[in-house]
Amino acid sequence: MKQKIKIVHYKAGNIASVQNALNRLGTEAGLAASPKELEDADKLIFPGVGHARPAMEVLNQQGMDQAIRDFSGPVLGICLGMQLMAASSEEGNMKGLGIFPEQIKRFTGDLKIPHMGWNSLYALKGPLFKGVAENSHVYFVHSYYMPQCDRAIALCRYNQPFTAAISHNQFFGLQFHPEKSGKPGMQILQNFIDL
Amino acid sequence: MPMLTKRIIPCLDIKEGRTVKGVSFGNLRDAGDPVELAARYSDEGADELTLLDITATLEGRTTFLRVVEEVAAATSIPFTVGGGIGSEAEVEKLLSKGADKVSVNTAALRDPALITRLSDAFGNQCVVVAIDAKLINGRWQVVSHAGTRLTDIDATKWATEVCDRGAGEILLTSFTADGSRKGFSLDITSAVATAVPVPVIASGGAGIPAHFLDVFTQGRADAALAAGIFHYGVIGIPEVKTFLKNQNIPVRL
Repeated sequence: MKQKIKIVHYKAGNIASVQNALNRLGTEAGLAASPKELEDADKLIFPGVGHARPAMEVLNQQGMDQAIRDFSGPVLGICLGMQLMAASSEEGNMKGLGIFPEQIKRFTGDLKIPHMGWNSLYALKGPLFKGVAENSHVYFVHSYYMPQCDRAIALCRYNQPFTAAISHNQFFGLQFHPEKSGKPGMQILQNFIDL
Repeated sequence: MPMLTKRIIPCLDIKEGRTVKGVSFGNLRDAGDPVELAARYSDEGADELTLLDITATLEGRTTFLRVVEEVAAATSIPFTVGGGIGSEAEVEKLLSKGADKVSVNTAALRDPALITRLSDAFGNQCVVVAIDAKLINGRWQVVSHAGTRLTDIDATKWATEVCDRGAGEILLTSFTADGSRKGFSLDITSAVATAVPVPVIASGGAGIPAHFLDVFTQGRADAALAAGIFHYGVIGIPEVKTFLKNQNIPVRL
């Protein structure tokens, strides 16, 4: 049976970009704005751009916070989506979904913020990075980050190493945008489809 | 060691659905189909794209939205759209068509609070403020309305202000160097890049690969934008990037 992938629709996601990328891979994805619309989904993509606090408020209003936590299939959080899956964020001093126990911090120091552009990945692990070479460049745009942690399946470095990708049970998070990261990004999305 | 790379960004000026390019914002020449160009640049290693709508008509606007949609479908790299954007509703529409960032210029000069409204609504990562600067008697002043009106605003001061108001990136174009192919304006680029906490894209004047090296070293730019030299095949993106790599500038190849 063909699998059904859905994208969390909560007005803070770069939905068109994710859908375009999946279409290029020959995969269709529907949208889910309510827990009911998640019932027939096998996999979930949770994109996000913008501010953490208003995004979380919309998720809570839609009842999607609990629905994402309870989802039994693979979930892929992208950028803000990944950060919202963490325990807490310094952005708006808020609680996250708590799927990943880590905390999200703001970049500090003598740096251009946002961390914007193409940076390379290292210490790649697991099925999401199958066929992706060490030091592949992917596109980042973020002002907050998850520090390096044991659950990291990819690291990146700005002024310090940080978690570029994480997995915990069936949940995956990517700090970069695979849908905007050329060939390696498309490979990562294909790997998620193939999980 | 992994590090953030310097970005090379081709810019497509779009008028009535076609790519055009002029000198100091005038004398337009046709430079091809924007969707084909965008796909080609993406394949050649462009790190981002910028699409500027330079049509003034309503029909042109609709055509531009279609171009944005088609570019989003045809590429897997980020792109910024700009040209005449002045409201949250317009930004929402462009983002829903697949744009990643928007750039505002004249509208931000007229209504600086727009920057904060856009940043609050969509996040500062998606708000690029475009600043066109012209050298007048030794002072870099901001020009508006596609370079047709000179203001009394100091370019570096304005750059600092727009960042305080929520800009996530600055697209700094030297009106003085634009189209000259004699090199970027390094002094103003360096002044702005040093003054602001966000990334700065330098634009205007690219002619040879060494100009890119200069703007990343002396100019302290995070990214460099060019149009004509790429459209007309004067130099290719791979050529620029290979040159930069050989000069120890971090680039994505």
